Amino acid sequence: MELFWKVATDLMDPFVFLLILGGVTAGLFVGAMPGLTAAMALAVLLPFTFKLPPLQGLVALGAVYMGAIYGGSFAAILVNTPGTPSSIATAFEGYPMAKDGRAVEAISIATISSAVGGLAGVFFLLLLSPPLARLSIKFGSAEYFWVAMLGLTLIASLSPGSTLKGFLGGSFGMMLASVGVAPIGGENRFTFGMPVLQGGVEMIVALIGFFVIPELFNMAAQGRAALAEVTMDSKERGTFFNAVRTVFSMPVNLVRSCIIGEIVAIIPGAGGSIANLVAYNEAKRASKHPELFGKGTVEGLVASESSNNVTVAGSMVPLLTLGIPGAPPDAVILGVMLMHGLRPGLDLFTVSGDLTYAFILSMGVAAVLMVPVGMLGGRLIYKVIVKTPHYFLVPSIALVTILGTYALRNSFSDVVIMLLLGTIGFILRELEVESPAIVLGLILGGIAEVGFVQSILRGTSLEHPWVMLFQNRLSQIIIVLMVLSFSSPYLSAGFRKFKKGPAELLEDEEDVE
Amino acid sequence: MKRAIILVISTMFILSAGIVFAEYPEKPITYTIPFNPGGESDITARFQEPILEEILGVGVTVNHKPGGGGAVAWSEFQRTAKPDGYQVIGVNIPHIIGGPLLRKNSGYETDGFAVVMWFHFTPNALIVRADSPFKTLKDFIDYAKANPKVITVGGSGTFSANHLELLRLEREAGIELTYIPHTGTGPLVPAILGGHLSALMNYSMLPVQQGDKVRVLAVASEERVPALPDAPTFKEQGYDIVGGAFRGVAAPKGTPKAVIDKLAEAFTAANKKIAERQLPMGFVMTYATGADGDALVEQMGKAYSDVINDILEEQNK
Repeated sequence: MELFWKVATDLMDPFVFLLILGGVTAGLFVGAMPGLTAAMALAVLLPFTFKLPPLQGLVALGAVYMGAIYGGSFAAILVNTPGTPSSIATAFEGYPMAKDGRAVEAISIATISSAVGGLAGVFFLLLLSPPLARLSIKFGSAEYFWVAMLGLTLIASLSPGSTLKGFLGGSFGMMLASVGVAPIGGENRFTFGMPVLQGGVEMIVALIGFFVIPELFNMAAQGRAALAEVTMDSKERGTFFNAVRTVFSMPVNLVRSCIIGEIVAIIPGAGGSIANLVAYNEAKRASKHPELFGKGTVEGLVASESSNNVTVAGSMVPLLTLGIPGAPPDAVILGVMLMHGLRPGLDLFTVSGDLTYAFILSMGVAAVLMVPVGMLGGRLIYKVIVKTPHYFLVPSIALVTILGTYALRNSFSDVVIMLLLGTIGFILRELEVESPAIVLGLILGGIAEVGFVQSILRGTSLEHPWVMLFQNRLSQIIIVLMVLSFSSPYLSAGFRKFKKGPAELLEDEEDVE
Repeated sequence: MKRAIILVISTMFILSAGIVFAEYPEKPITYTIPFNPGGESDITARFQEPILEEILGVGVTVNHKPGGGGAVAWSEFQRTAKPDGYQVIGVNIPHIIGGPLLRKNSGYETDGFAVVMWFHFTPNALIVRADSPFKTLKDFIDYAKANPKVITVGGSGTFSANHLELLRLEREAGIELTYIPHTGTGPLVPAILGGHLSALMNYSMLPVQQGDKVRVLAVASEERVPALPDAPTFKEQGYDIVGGAFRGVAAPKGTPKAVIDKLAEAFTAANKKIAERQLPMGFVMTYATGADGDALVEQMGKAYSDVINDILEEQNK
């Protein structure tokens, strides 16, 4: 109880409150810019936080992190460009909604979902850290390989047209992932003698290329911005409360997406970029009308945006308990903690409990503050984008995109790679090979490769090294999930036929009578 | 008359040298980190940044250019950076030694930098989980002798400090282990705590962070690391293995000596201030500037030459 009051008074400090507010706002705008990532924002903030006391430094970083993951949804909804890889699925539903003139509605729903997700992550971190931490270290190289394989089965549902073309895109993505210095073995692959290619194709560079460039080509070709201007209702207060009602009208979807977000978050290295896609896929599978997904369905938007914000506080479970950074931004936070002499582990929750709990709860405050900041900021960005004529909008977005890509690694080559991939993406889209499948292949290709090679290496002394891939219970569970996920579309189709079969027979019999 | 002219000219030289010295730096300095934000290099640079700005009186901008284990940034730096002291870059041993030797087309050379200073050293350490049956280095080596390749040891990267050190241990002790490269230090923690590996060869910071969850069998430093007083060195146990990652900063080759000295002075002062925070984390502070810095590269190059030659032989087979 004493601890509670200490934590509460720490958080009541107006300066701390201002730090959270400023952090969320700054994070939101960073996240909304394609190319600027949460990790980068945190790294830039680092020198300032050294001058602050530990709590205030951590609070500011946590708030920026929370805001950045949420801010990625704006670009996804308004220009079909995930601002961060955590908002890929947001673009699937948010952008079609915006095209229908429902942009403000989509932003409101994304805001509420993000806040719910953020709070759910804090809840998991606060109450379920020890068991989740134990689960997180059960994932070894074999499990990583199978998780990546499970992720690849998403391609089937991410490619609405033909599954075969989806897998073609996925394979292309995996090939892109193999460019550069091999993660294991260290040799140069597909660098064609150019030292700069040793760094490989950065995921965010590909993301920007595959999503923005084709969209810009389309906008330029059609001679108008794709967003339909919506007659701005002066009494818009309704949209906010409608959005709240809409989001909470699907509790099963929310709970499922939050749990998926948390499980992905505790697997180090996965993070929001995978969580949003898995949650989206599950929402689609559970939906009564999966055929409407991709055309502006609220369920998919809620799933994506709630799951990705769970990962912010959620990925701090392994960080605070075991010192394992789950995602790049977590690595920066770990660095700050160590600099202040805070060592992850039990001590963090007991000896420096007041600080740790205040930090955790501050992320909850940040999640709540996203609502007012997001509603104001979101509308501002929306108005700017809608009011700008397309002949200014297309070059402006192109410029921001190029700057964002350059800023990622201060590399001009990344800009060239981005434009090149964008052009390839445009052509492939015309051939109905969709960008999400390619990007998924790129994200998972690296994870799959490392997991596979490490497992085989671990079995060096065995007669059949590949046994390592199958011997753990957790691997076996993931394999079953993968088979189910892959075959479920066919199974459910067969099941429907089966159900229909006897029913028709009965009818026939009745006819005979 | 002649003497007067010489006097005037030499005075001018002295003055102009003085002017150059006094003028540098007059605009912001770019400090490139060839790795991702959040790593040791980045966090150290972030720490140095405000102190350097105070001493040099100009802005210091830290930026990242990660990729290819540093190769992307180093190759571009050696190709394009101007030797005027306004561009500096983080450098690491053994990366800059091993990379150009072991990888074709790495695009940079070991001696293509003007090293300003090596500011710290993180020795390698052989680490096992607290409940491991290996209580001492001797247990570990005896088991490895009886069971070749059975022990799996994780480390960060291929041909990295961790990897080369493990190869050196194999040579010195006459054992065969199985090295499992990981993509950075982060993934090593769940791998050892979750029992997916028998041991780790990683830097001295990891056991400091993990405390009593792990045990250090040996540290590859000359003397015991201040933050790990109970961890014996390889030397104490009869193996001449000293190595790890040295981190430092370099300017382009051809940068004037006065500029390098000025930078070295600023980095030295920064290092002294940072020491009180980095020592408890398991770092060993170093102050190798000028000829000492070059000597260190040469010395470590020799130390690893045997294992590097082994790898090269293997590659050419």
